Amino acid sequence: MYKILQKRELAPNIWMMEIEAPRVARSARPGQFVIVRASENGERIPLTISDYDAERGTVSIVIQTIGVSTRKLCTLNEGELLPDFVGPLGRPSEFIHDDPATLCSRKILFVAGGVGTAPVYPQVKWLHEHGVQADVIVGAKNKEMLIMQEQMKAVAGNLYVATDDGSAGFKGMVPDLIKELIDHQGKQYDLVVAIGPMIMMKFVAATTKAYGIRTIVSLNTLMVDGTGMCGACRVTVGGKTVFTCVDGPEFDGHQVDFDEAMRRQGMYRTLEQRAIKIAEERAAGHVCKIGLDK
Amino acid sequence: MANKIGRVPVREQDPKVRATNFEEVCYGYNEQEARLEASRCLHCRKPRCVEQCPVSVKIPLFIAEVAEGDFARAAAIIAEDSSLPSICGRVCPQENQCEGACILGIKGEPVAIGKLERFVGDWSIRNGNQSVEKAPSNGHKVAIIGSGPSGLACASDLAKMGYQVKIFEALHKAGGVLEYGIPEFRLPKAAIVAKEVENVRRLGVEIETDTVVGRTVTIDSLMDDEGYEAVFVGSGAGLPRFMGIPGENLNGVVSANEFLTRANLMKAYDDEYDTPIYVGSKVVVVGGGNVAMDAVRTAKRLGAEAVIVYRRSETELPARAEEGHHAKEEGIEFRMLTNPVEVLGDEKGWVRGIRCIKMELGEPDESGRRSPVEVKGSEFDMECDVVIMALGTSPNPLIATTTPGLETTRRGCIVANDEGQTTREGVFAGGDAVTGAATVILAMGAGRKAAQAIDEYIKSKQA
Repeated sequence: MYKILQKRELAPNIWMMEIEAPRVARSARPGQFVIVRASENGERIPLTISDYDAERGTVSIVIQTIGVSTRKLCTLNEGELLPDFVGPLGRPSEFIHDDPATLCSRKILFVAGGVGTAPVYPQVKWLHEHGVQADVIVGAKNKEMLIMQEQMKAVAGNLYVATDDGSAGFKGMVPDLIKELIDHQGKQYDLVVAIGPMIMMKFVAATTKAYGIRTIVSLNTLMVDGTGMCGACRVTVGGKTVFTCVDGPEFDGHQVDFDEAMRRQGMYRTLEQRAIKIAEERAAGHVCKIGLDK
Repeated sequence: MANKIGRVPVREQDPKVRATNFEEVCYGYNEQEARLEASRCLHCRKPRCVEQCPVSVKIPLFIAEVAEGDFARAAAIIAEDSSLPSICGRVCPQENQCEGACILGIKGEPVAIGKLERFVGDWSIRNGNQSVEKAPSNGHKVAIIGSGPSGLACASDLAKMGYQVKIFEALHKAGGVLEYGIPEFRLPKAAIVAKEVENVRRLGVEIETDTVVGRTVTIDSLMDDEGYEAVFVGSGAGLPRFMGIPGENLNGVVSANEFLTRANLMKAYDDEYDTPIYVGSKVVVVGGGNVAMDAVRTAKRLGAEAVIVYRRSETELPARAEEGHHAKEEGIEFRMLTNPVEVLGDEKGWVRGIRCIKMELGEPDESGRRSPVEVKGSEFDMECDVVIMALGTSPNPLIATTTPGLETTRRGCIVANDEGQTTREGVFAGGDAVTGAATVILAMGAGRKAAQAIDEYIKSKQA
């Protein structure tokens, strides 16, 4: 069992939880993720790691409540226990294997979309600790949905914000801000790391391709076990089928078949929406008499 | 003479009824039936059944006790060689092992050794397990990776010898393939698997779930930082294979591993559990092994029309005879000598059918089975909305890639000799991680052999 040490709402429907998980904390590296179960009957939910502290033995996760399982997870409070917390899963970001000299000369831009800000943070923090000041773009729907700004500011080189409605920072989508930085502000990058909704990563990859900048994306596919056993997470990268959980989650964004990945992400959507409806109806005290909840 | 009577039939759930539920298919023998069946054993002086058992259960001895009605004694005899009789009695391919060698089988039907083993296992679960003899603690620590059949077998033998044993399991539940792979209707989880795992725990074996070796910890960290003197890798089969045909990434194509894990481990068929499972209305399962049978029968129970597509003929089906037989009784359609060439999708990217080609049997291949050859121009389409690929697995790279000095074969299987010794000192391996997908009992056999080798290794280090 894994204790919830801290729980905070970062933005509407976005929560941060700090979990006591010493083994995971000791082994976690930037780019990796965990799988969590909120209850004995619960799903295995893949979630990104937003921070970790080997000494304290803690790992932080950020959860957006979108389905029945993430909602259940977020009903748990500080001091309560998670039955399962497995990780770190996936391969760490490739830059952690760079030799220090190469690493220091790198010009890296991170592009975080929405809750994707969470997994970007440990990467930027790691680089900061290794003497690299990476630039970061954080995109969100509006000012209210921006998360982890203070933490990010402390470790990033330049922090840029883009919101769809212009309520904070640049008004527009993140690919437009990338263009703005490169075309008009004289910025140069040799690596872009984009993490956020699939559709955002697709457009970022398309943008950077035009500039010829190597681009890494982190895929949030469906998953069951997260150790290579089920193949639910398979994606096509460079024409080859690979497993996100053991071969990823980070891949060359210019090689990923995003359209297929997005379609596959929706495989259980109808079933999930049904489950949400049933849960809402039950919560409202409605008892189905014709068996639709079966 | 006792052998004048025929094999005592075993009671089973009616096929029509059981095709709609997840209750166990076979009810097993009651005491009377078991004693009668046990009385058929001829007690050969050189028991061929024992030779054919990968863990060498003293079959005639335990059967004699069953015939006498001393079930506790029978259980104790089995426990000397196997910790999982209720499981093996249910899932071993007895027809190729003990029962296949039974002398009674030459002219008639062999003794129902599997059903008797199951009876004894279940009897001891119901009546409180007998304590097994265990050597005093010797203070040496051994780590086991994976709580499937090989890991459990290795762990129990080592624990009996006095070792301090800890199993590291990646999933949230112990049991490996017994939990995620084999369905409830063939191997009940709470009533059987959990109980037999509990027996292993009772020997003093600790099981740490949620620990992925190669990620959460490594073999090096277990040996260097946590003081384990030897490690047994029983990490199982690994990554599901796909065919490499067009359309395999369409929505609705899943591996048997995924489909069965959702159903078995995550209990997606039960409304009280949150994990979804997509069944559709017509399911095509590609493959002919036990896993294919498990997947197709699970799909049927979830309400779909379910079909097996297999490229060889029925005689080559690698599944246990009983599984094929049960599947047919339950109304599963078998399309033999048929091989998929493409999965067909609709405009939204969901499966709408599968294109297959007819096959015929050619010359025998290296496995001795006649290899299937395509019949030119015989392609045809079948409608379906789910395709389940049950084509076997390839080894999981997590451990091999994070353990320096641990060699793998070209196919990615861990290299180990007959005793389980790998290319890395102190590291042993067995089961599917070494052989590729095989059976529960072969994995158990490998686990037992490795336990012996680990004992010798640790003793030799002290000398």
